Amino acid sequence: MAKQIVKMTLNGQQIEQLVDSRTLLVHFLREQMNLTGAHIGCETSQCGACTIDIDGESVKACTHLAVQCDGSDVKTVEGLAENGVLHPVQEAFYEEHGLQCGYCTPGMLMRSYRFLQENPNPTEDEIRTGISGNLCRCTGYQNIIKAVQSAATKLQDNETASA
Amino acid sequence: MIPPNFEYHRPATVDEAVGLLTSLGSEAKILAGGHSLLPMMKLRFAMPEHLVDINRIPELSGVSVVGDDIVIGAMTTENAVIADPILNEKVPLLPEAAKLIADPQVRNRGTIGGDIAHGDPANDHPALALACDAVMTVVGPEGARQIPASEFFLGTYWTALNDDDILTAITVKAFPNGAGFSYRKLKRKTGDWATAACAVVVALSGGSVSHIRITLTNLGPTAIRAHDAEAVLSGQTVTDELIKQAAEKAMAICDPAEDLRGDVEYKTAMAGQMVQRAIAEALSRAN
Repeated sequence: MAKQIVKMTLNGQQIEQLVDSRTLLVHFLREQMNLTGAHIGCETSQCGACTIDIDGESVKACTHLAVQCDGSDVKTVEGLAENGVLHPVQEAFYEEHGLQCGYCTPGMLMRSYRFLQENPNPTEDEIRTGISGNLCRCTGYQNIIKAVQSAATKLQDNETASA
Repeated sequence: MIPPNFEYHRPATVDEAVGLLTSLGSEAKILAGGHSLLPMMKLRFAMPEHLVDINRIPELSGVSVVGDDIVIGAMTTENAVIADPILNEKVPLLPEAAKLIADPQVRNRGTIGGDIAHGDPANDHPALALACDAVMTVVGPEGARQIPASEFFLGTYWTALNDDDILTAITVKAFPNGAGFSYRKLKRKTGDWATAACAVVVALSGGSVSHIRITLTNLGPTAIRAHDAEAVLSGQTVTDELIKQAAEKAMAICDPAEDLRGDVEYKTAMAGQMVQRAIAEALSRAN
């Protein structure tokens, strides 16, 4: 079976790679691009550990083909920090201890990053619904919710400061 | 889990896609949102030699009003259904129910057409399509044809689609003025399929029922329209007793498959509850 060339913007960089048509995006990222942030949890689009951003939407990379990203803008957790400075969402998870074992964290960060652009000032219920596609088996979610609330405040403060 | 290999095709138009399906025959499958097909391929329940990716065909996405018809492109995602102003105004059952499907990430990929074309009785859109009297637009080598939802779902994973057909659009009418609606879905957790679910659309005239649809998800080999339950309420001023009678009629046609969500008795009992709650909620919204 023929391989396919895919061109995409990955964390701001233009890349061109040869992939098998059957290669799942999460395997492409982890094994071919050495970006191991997106984790493989359930592999059945239940757990959200592989959540990344494609063209401004949260997607589970275990249930998406790499070839489908041709021409797309893809962002992984590796692309969140800029010049060594943590993204406000990362900072908030760190400060609020929104994790224990850390396995779900890259997915939680990427979903929270996108969710707070969809809904910059969410209620607790909206946060719970917004991250309902991401499972955490450690925290009981309380600190994750606090982290997303804190990130929302940080992002709004940044917005006000830059206005 | 990695799917078996296949040739990947990405047509830019419906004609090109139909041409590919015609020339590739039954070895080709359409890739829509992929959230049913890719998991099936990982498990080798499906091993197509060719995937025809229809995600980059712009004419297949979006909602438009054509005369009295509301035309929903088959590749309109669940999140686009939820956000669509036309659907929220004219067929609010669809956006409300779509919020109960899967989770935010999956709703970015999953499409209304994929959900319908898959023919899975656990999917939600088949019962919703029946409740909305939807008509499917299907394009094949001979051109386009229309298939009413009532003739579309033939069995589990079996629809009126041929191998070289593409479901391109789902057409519905705006609900009657003052219509009430509800979709009640019992599920174990976010992302799960229904243990039992019921869609109801009801309109009243002078206090009695002038229009009623009661349809069921995951309670038989296909989505089911509960005609006998509708007949109990049709033309009547609805009472709690009539709602119970309608639920009993709906339970009588349930034939759910036993699985981890419950045995036949439990699922049928829950169907009765979902029917009662959906009727009550739909009535409370009707005026």
